[in-house]
Amino acid sequence: MPSSIPADIPGSARTQKVAVPRWSGLSLMQSELKVLFGRRRTWALLLALAAIPILIAVAVRLSSGVPSGRGPAFLDRITQNGLFVAFTAMLVSVPLFLPLTVGVVAGDTIAGEANMGTLRYLLVAPAGRVRLLLVKYAAALAFCIVAPLTVALAGAAIGAALFPVGPVTLLSGDVIQPPEAAVRMLLIAAYMAVSLAGLSAIGLFLSTLTVVPVGAMAATVVVSVVSQIADQLPQLEWLHPWLFSHYWLGFGDMLRQPVLWDSFASNALLQAGYIAVFGASAYARFTTKDVLS
Amino acid sequence: MNPGSPDPKKRYGLTIETHGLTKKFGHQVAVDGVDLAVPPGSVFGFLGPNGSGKTTTIRMLLGLASASSGTVNLLGMEMPGRFHEVLPRVGALVEGPAFYPFLSGAANLHRLDAATRHTVPATRGARVERALDQVGLAHAANKRVHAYSLGMKQRLGIANALLSHRDLLVLDEPTNGLDPQGTREVRHLVRSLAHNGTTVFVSSHLLAEVDQMCTHAAVMSNGKLVAQGSLADLRRTGSARVRLLTPDGGQARTVLAGLGLDCGAGDAQAGGETLLAALAPASGAPSTRTDASQQAGSGEILAEDIVARLVAAGVRVRGFAVERESLEDRFVALTGEGFDVAQ
Ligand SMILES: Nc1ncnc2c1ncn2[C@@H]1O[C@H](COP(=O)(O)OP(=O)(O)OP(=O)(O)O)[C@@H](O)[C@H]1O
Ligand SMILES: [Mg+2]
Repeated sequence: MPSSIPADIPGSARTQKVAVPRWSGLSLMQSELKVLFGRRRTWALLLALAAIPILIAVAVRLSSGVPSGRGPAFLDRITQNGLFVAFTAMLVSVPLFLPLTVGVVAGDTIAGEANMGTLRYLLVAPAGRVRLLLVKYAAALAFCIVAPLTVALAGAAIGAALFPVGPVTLLSGDVIQPPEAAVRMLLIAAYMAVSLAGLSAIGLFLSTLTVVPVGAMAATVVVSVVSQIADQLPQLEWLHPWLFSHYWLGFGDMLRQPVLWDSFASNALLQAGYIAVFGASAYARFTTKDVLS
Repeated sequence: MNPGSPDPKKRYGLTIETHGLTKKFGHQVAVDGVDLAVPPGSVFGFLGPNGSGKTTTIRMLLGLASASSGTVNLLGMEMPGRFHEVLPRVGALVEGPAFYPFLSGAANLHRLDAATRHTVPATRGARVERALDQVGLAHAANKRVHAYSLGMKQRLGIANALLSHRDLLVLDEPTNGLDPQGTREVRHLVRSLAHNGTTVFVSSHLLAEVDQMCTHAAVMSNGKLVAQGSLADLRRTGSARVRLLTPDGGQARTVLAGLGLDCGAGDAQAGGETLLAALAPASGAPSTRTDASQQAGSGEILAEDIVARLVAAGVRVRGFAVERESLEDRFVALTGEGFDVAQ
């Protein structure tokens, strides 16, 4: 008898013989999204993210104008064009705020269920360990998409409310109209979602190691901070291209005419590598783990 | 399903069958070579004091924990290898209920029902409603679980086990935290489910509970299975003894000794002396591991023969009774008297 717990094998010959018909492969995914985006904590995280552009916009509005060249990039342009609130807020949230919220969500995936004890009931339902892991990761990715979008949309909304909106001058010097600027904003949000995919995989793996969700969350955030610090140290230059945070701030290329896709592609490839490594680790760990909580 | 008609799915012999099931946590052997045999249609009590390995065994049955060695068969299929065929037919309550505190009772059941591909979404609402109704939670269906009392959570846990048609229910201490009314309802529920053909495997440390609702039982002690069989068998295994009240103690002792019955020191009281003597266990010894000493009696002696001999020897018999050891005495004899948990 196998002493380890085998993985769910969807569509295997055995599954076909099951007397109970197979229904609704996606119902767990739906349920997971409903639980994730229905709970207050997720809303609190998103509200905190939305507060960043609001804070920036209000501060700029109340002050007598920002001297050119000080503060985060784009900050000095806000008074002329409200759309820059969104760009500024996205830039500001990359190093800490986005990784923080993603760390909370990704670190909670398995450990949170284990901590509540619901993991054992999901598994005896049976959800299937591999299926559950995939659904959990997909839900974390959904959050990675929603989080930067929240910053962008809140930024655009508050910017439009407090400042004039007009044509945007790109980093390459070209000028685009507001509708195209909105498309660029979505491109940046997509860039950030991709950026956070690797960190989510790390969080998912850490989450399979413990039944204390706060531990996995904190560890995930610490990993993201350490990676960014390491990226600053010239002594570790050989390591830089391998750090998952290496391209996090490269989304400026989305603000050129034409769009420069190099950093997007490198970033996507790097994140795919992290997903493969930590996804496999999470799989190896979770499919053999004793659920004793 | 008709209670009488055989279920075509039940082509397997035993509903739960384990061989040499063992679980080690480091150096500690939490479950030690357990051979369970749970017949279909039974209500099987899984008894044992705290820390004796009941929950750990259940975790291995359900594939939550892997066995250090040994095999598990559920519904005739090997676990955990064929979990996706087995588990949809098994309802379980493991080590207490667990729910999302921020969701309502009904939403929790929806979530757990949606977790598997083997349930029909179209009937989900109706099944959730029926399960909540069965455990008396219909009025609290839309309340968040964090506002549930302990007993309400326990009931919701049982409702979760009843969401679909099940061939086997594994309930780990289902009456934990329930009020007397709830306890009675659970007993009633278990009986009616068993009547409809569901095999129920229920762990407990309450003997009275097992006594009242089970047809079979197994006793765990210190990770080992020390007895297993039908409740009638378990009772019969317990040694019987005779209680004799007589003023002629010395003579009675001689007669009893002649019959191969050993009686301890008498207990003097008004009207004479009370003597207690262990009888050999009755015939048809069941498949339980019992102390060799209990089987060392000298064949069968009928109670009326003892009285006849006593009277023939001139012993005045003022009181005579054959007493069976109660199930509780038996439980204590098997698991030890001490209050401390074993490990
Ligand atoms: N995760 C674990 N790590 C180490 N030891 C464990 C673990 N879980 C259980 N044990 C040990 O295994 C033994 C059996 O525990 P188990 O929970 O199976 O007992 P039980 O019979 O269910 O007790 P109770 O009646 O209190 O529920 C205990 O000695 C316990 O200390
Ligand atoms: Mg227990």
